[in-house]
Amino acid sequence: MISSPFMARPTTVSVVMLKVLAALVPGVVLSVYFYGVGVLAQLALASATALVAEAAMLRARGQPVAVFLKDGSALVTAWLLALAMPPLGAWWLVVVATAFAIVIAKQLYGGLGNNPFNPAMVGFAAMIVAFPAQMAQWGSAVAPLSAPEQLAYIFGRALPAGIDAIVSATPLDHLKTQLSLGVPIATTLAEPLHGRAAGQWVAAGYLAGALWLWQQRLIPWQTPVAMLAGVATLALPLWLLDPARYADPLFHLFAGATMLGAGFIVTDPVSGPTTPRGRLIFGFLVGVLVYVIRVFGGFPDSIAFAVLIMNIAVPFIDHTTRPPVFGAKKGGRA
Amino acid sequence: MSAILTAIALMALIALALGAVLGYASVKFRVEADPLVEKIDAVLPQTQCGQCGHPGCRPYAQAIADGVDDINKCPPGGEDGIRKLAELLGVEYKPFDEGAAQPKPRAVAVIDEANCIGCTLCLQACPVDAILGAAKQMHTIIASECTGCELCIAPCPVDCIAMKPLEPTLKTWKWGEPVIRIHPVEDTRA
Amino acid sequence: MRALYDFNGGVHPPEHKAISTGTPIRQAPVPPRLYVPMSQSLGNAALPCVAVGDTVLKGQKIAEPDGRLSAAVHAPTSGRVVAIAPHAYPHPSGLSELAVVIEPDGRDAWTERRPVADWRVRPAGELLARLAEMGVVGLGGAVFPTHLKAAASALDTLVINGAECEPFISCDDMLMRERAGGIVDGIRVLAHLTQPREVLIGVEDNKPEAIAALRQACAGSGFTVVAVPTKYPSGGAKQLIRILTGKAVPHGTRSTEMGVQCFNVATAYSVGRAIVHGEPVISRIVTLTGDVERPHNVEALLGTPVRFLIEYAGRRAGVDAVLMGGPMMGFALPDEDAGITKASNCLIAKSPAVLPPRPAAMPCIRCGECASACPVELQPMDLYWFAKAKNFGKAQEWHLFDCIECGACSYVCPSQIPLVDYYRYAKGEIWAAEHDKKAADRARARHEFRQFRLERDKSEKTQRLAERAAIKEKELAASLGQPAAPAPRAAEPAVADDDAKKAAIQAAMERAAARKAEKQTGEAAPAGPAPAAALDDAKKAAIQAAMERAAARKAEKPAARDAAQQKDDKER
Repeated sequence: MISSPFMARPTTVSVVMLKVLAALVPGVVLSVYFYGVGVLAQLALASATALVAEAAMLRARGQPVAVFLKDGSALVTAWLLALAMPPLGAWWLVVVATAFAIVIAKQLYGGLGNNPFNPAMVGFAAMIVAFPAQMAQWGSAVAPLSAPEQLAYIFGRALPAGIDAIVSATPLDHLKTQLSLGVPIATTLAEPLHGRAAGQWVAAGYLAGALWLWQQRLIPWQTPVAMLAGVATLALPLWLLDPARYADPLFHLFAGATMLGAGFIVTDPVSGPTTPRGRLIFGFLVGVLVYVIRVFGGFPDSIAFAVLIMNIAVPFIDHTTRPPVFGAKKGGRA
Repeated sequence: MSAILTAIALMALIALALGAVLGYASVKFRVEADPLVEKIDAVLPQTQCGQCGHPGCRPYAQAIADGVDDINKCPPGGEDGIRKLAELLGVEYKPFDEGAAQPKPRAVAVIDEANCIGCTLCLQACPVDAILGAAKQMHTIIASECTGCELCIAPCPVDCIAMKPLEPTLKTWKWGEPVIRIHPVEDTRA
Repeated sequence: MRALYDFNGGVHPPEHKAISTGTPIRQAPVPPRLYVPMSQSLGNAALPCVAVGDTVLKGQKIAEPDGRLSAAVHAPTSGRVVAIAPHAYPHPSGLSELAVVIEPDGRDAWTERRPVADWRVRPAGELLARLAEMGVVGLGGAVFPTHLKAAASALDTLVINGAECEPFISCDDMLMRERAGGIVDGIRVLAHLTQPREVLIGVEDNKPEAIAALRQACAGSGFTVVAVPTKYPSGGAKQLIRILTGKAVPHGTRSTEMGVQCFNVATAYSVGRAIVHGEPVISRIVTLTGDVERPHNVEALLGTPVRFLIEYAGRRAGVDAVLMGGPMMGFALPDEDAGITKASNCLIAKSPAVLPPRPAAMPCIRCGECASACPVELQPMDLYWFAKAKNFGKAQEWHLFDCIECGACSYVCPSQIPLVDYYRYAKGEIWAAEHDKKAADRARARHEFRQFRLERDKSEKTQRLAERAAIKEKELAASLGQPAAPAPRAAEPAVADDDAKKAAIQAAMERAAARKAEKQTGEAAPAGPAPAAALDDAKKAAIQAAMERAAARKAEKPAARDAAQQKDDKER
């Protein structure tokens, strides 16, 4: 039976997902510039794996394969995951991560729209738990490898003659190590930390993409702003109290995956809350968790765990933050 | 050894105390009527037709509650009714027995008033007093109160009662369940 | 500039209004036959008061209202009644409804019109009765009888709704442009009836000509024409009230309780025609638009077949359906032979060229766009989820019945889910379930009462028999006299024994009946084993009354709340 409305905005899920991918482009370009073509290799590996895994699972579940492959959601998961992985990580690392994300975290829960957890973050968290050493090999801007050498390293772990190993930590990692050695934060931050500027540029790229998505009305402002506020709310007083132990808020906002997380990960509609107040609460608590795990926990960066922990709370948040209906505000009905 | 004895004694004491509390509670908060029968009765369609082999819906509810009868004996309740009973009682859904009465579209009885001889037999058969009339007077059925049980049809000596299916009207018509086109499998989760 | 308020959400679909506002309102030709539906209001269908073969005059009443919410129907032109039979009716169900079929005689001869020139000095009751007599109902689409709405008085604000927010529709726009004076006449009558402190006419700012015309007509009247921002659905009564007065009228509450009443401009116009000119509602302005050669507005007689009007506007090839109402809230006509009603504001010839079909639906991605578009601040994605899972109790808890089915959620949904279809489905199922439950409760009560009655009759009979036997025995004893033989004397105790036994059984039955009655009603007769004789008429009456009260209470208790409570209990 056809019934009203007979008009609909031409936006479709595919358009939404394609725009999210487009919004990632500035960050991707900057990543490639600073970290090398390894990033592109990771993206390609993740995309291919995601599409294959999605198609296989759709077929196994008896769903129309073409329809759902075209929605682009698998690609978004793949890209977010690839961008969170170490650029020079081994090829199988990103492949396993993506397959895990698509098969376990998305399709086994019922596919598009039904996953309670952010698939990319599930994939990432699984890898960091299973392969902590490999996940810590963050290639840096000072990696002295040419493009072919990077690819050779990704696919064969082959290093050119003269280089024994590439083990470079992220700024967050480095900060933690130095701190444990007794070096005050200020000193560490003052030295020309490798990769710090790069990370900040890439974060700025993500920020730009996220702003565009917001302007396109594809992401709400509440979640990202609340998440950044959550990080800053803890970072600022602690930094003011003891700058020797705690980095400044700006460092935290632009370090690691904070910006990627704020713009693209906490804004995942499927696994996030739907009410405006719920989004504020969700975002803020993710931000708080990110800071807590980063500074006091065992992992250098923690977007994945923070988001996954808060994903658990989403149904509760949604339930308790349901706005009153029209006319109920004064009438006392909730 | 004494530790074990102490533990046993302690457990026994706790058990006693809790038992006392439970016993007291069961007396104090005793529910008079059998709520299960009420709940089952609330699910039954109240046609009082006796197709289940019981004289009315409540006796059937009692029989289900006592475990004497099955949940698939009520054709007016339809398969939906069996599902509700199954859910209420936590048992498996069970289709209607083959050969047994099957659900029919909802209908009301109508008396052909030209042929009615005013024998009052149908009045006595109607379980919900939905037939109006007196001896030697024409009878008529209050359609809004008729449950469609068909119990009045058999007693009529002149066969002037017929069942008329209920047609939807502008007031009772409702929108059907939406079908998402294209993805037939998508709905299997629901 | 007065301060305006806003409501949550809303959408801005393409308007498509300009295509039908290019030409002035034309008089639609009279079709060879008018199929005047008897169902012309929110209530029951009207009852025809003419017979087949009768000659009727234009404006003559042809059907009487049946019940409070029903409305009278009048002959749209003079002619002969050729049939009174079920005919196609403009409704999504495609069900037929009783129609009076009139063959126009071409004379268009009026019946006697009785204008109320001195309405300013007439009592309100008389004017309201006249409105009812003239079959005036809300022409905005709700077709609620106007005399009931206008019975409110001492209002803060009288809102006149000229927002006309739905795409394609332009009938109110053209009416305001061309007949602003007539509208203002009607508003004067309504203001006289409702005695508001202020009268606000809300018109969306995409209709500058209408606003100008109304402002000119309102000069010196004290009525204020307010241009409101164009946003769908600002033309919803409660939405417009919110915009103009800031008052949010909750679901289930009448706006008069908050001192506001709202009428459509077309309703105001017909109020004017009814009182000032003595003309009943027999025609209305209909927008003919969509994929037709000459999209424009016509004044069409009620009962004009839809097909006739669409042909008149020039149906193009490729038209696959005709919509009645706007594209957001209207419906596809199952049968174009249906005659138009007082609610038919717009006919859209639908073709893929004008209204392309929706892309295929995808699963909900919980983006929340629907919630931010919802003018009544619901959570449409949750409602969709509940409706799809047939979890209707939960849907109701989430305020399903606050939904006005405006279609804004469906319009913005990136997954292209026909959300409103699910809400309509859920509402229908809930209504049907409530109806069934009420019927079942009634049947149960009637059945229980019948059982009670049977048992009572039986025990009364036993008692009567016992009494008769006792009397007989006494008579027997008296007639036997002193010289009684030993045989009857020996029999005497046996008879007495029998009587005692009968009485005991009967007493037990009475007690059972009393207990049963007590249990069923929860209150009723005093406890304890009532002696058989004590069950006198008064008590019986009391028990019966109690049972009836209980039944009434049961029937009254909203099934909805019951369901919700049961649900709650289960979850606890």
